Amino acid sequence: MSENVHEFTDQNFNNDVEQSELPVLIDFWATWCGPCKAIAPMIEEIAEEFNGKVKVGKVDVDKNQDTAMKFGVRSIPTLLVIKNGEVVNQIVGAVPKSNITNVLNEVI
Amino acid sequence: MKRKVIIIGSGPAGLTAAIYLARANLNPIVFEGTQPGGQLTITTDVENYPGFPDGIMGPDMMDNFRKQAQRFGAECLYETVDKVDLSTRPFTISSNNHEYSAESIIISTGASAKLLGLKSESDLMGNGVSACATCDGFFFKNKKVLVVGGGDSAMEEATFLTKFASEVKIVHRRDEFRASKIMVERVLSNPKIKVMYNSSIEEIVGNLKNGVTSAIIKDTKTGVIKEETCDGIFMAIGHTPNTKLFNGLVKLDEAGYIITKPDSTYTSLDGVFACGDVQDHTYRQAVTAAGSGCMAAIDAERWLEK
Repeated sequence: MSENVHEFTDQNFNNDVEQSELPVLIDFWATWCGPCKAIAPMIEEIAEEFNGKVKVGKVDVDKNQDTAMKFGVRSIPTLLVIKNGEVVNQIVGAVPKSNITNVLNEVI
Repeated sequence: MKRKVIIIGSGPAGLTAAIYLARANLNPIVFEGTQPGGQLTITTDVENYPGFPDGIMGPDMMDNFRKQAQRFGAECLYETVDKVDLSTRPFTISSNNHEYSAESIIISTGASAKLLGLKSESDLMGNGVSACATCDGFFFKNKKVLVVGGGDSAMEEATFLTKFASEVKIVHRRDEFRASKIMVERVLSNPKIKVMYNSSIEEIVGNLKNGVTSAIIKDTKTGVIKEETCDGIFMAIGHTPNTKLFNGLVKLDEAGYIITKPDSTYTSLDGVFACGDVQDHTYRQAVTAAGSGCMAAIDAERWLEK
């Protein structure tokens, strides 16, 4: 995983996401999810392109069920955009990269 | 960017075409679309693809297909084509504000899960309504789920979901399944699975906060309507070909599948070839898709030489 892509967990979520000064893009994924694997390289690209403007990270739903439950994630991949601790956008399923970058450009 | 041949779609058909064309030094581009690897990436064990006596996981198999194509120089782009212009040659393909031109095109865009078409269904998609048990089953641990459909994919999804759910009910419109015998037997012998025959979903009840809470189900014989509580609903009612981009450009049949000339992958338009599920509503197997992908590559190669 690229160094620009953070690993968010039940433990660090409040500190690293909800208290973050930058908007955060969160990718809920799991090792057994094919579409999640398929979009992983794109998430890394986005992390690089938005470096310094958006914090990008992943939540492994197997290991961090509290966080997945808290946001009512029932399908993966699910992408959440959180700004100032609030969910401002949710994208369910694999979508073209431009859909995600458009959403991010609106929040930065 | 100009190429001799561009492939749209990255399932077994598209990637097999890419392997053959790359080995013929034609440097194909493959547009992978929103689901790189295609439908197999949302399955689990593939047990019927020859050459894998112990089976292989669908996503792993498609990873191998891609690597094999890339090894010979195919260029796989994680991009979705949003427009094609087939009115003049070379053809123009637009994706994400970039234009590509190609002397020939291979269409292997496959098929997507069909949905019921209810508004409540699209509203709750990803919030309890799903078309992918392998992706979303995990979120229904010890919950009750419905599987809608009566074919092989419905049987597979129902069986898979028993790993997580406490109860799985298959809702099927007819009084018998059209799935293969071995799959039906697996379902009927599974104590966690119950079957509601002659039943159709009329409405899905729920909200974004709590997800799905129930379904309104009609008995197709008696017309009696009842409410069935559930936490999730998985759609497995068949597939619809991904041909929206090509509507009006190449000939489609009444179900939307691309028509290919008998014993070939030629479409109604010279220089455009089609392979895999986008032109096949009969077999729809990984191995037949791969086979027709090979045919498309050979057809395109010979056509380019002319």
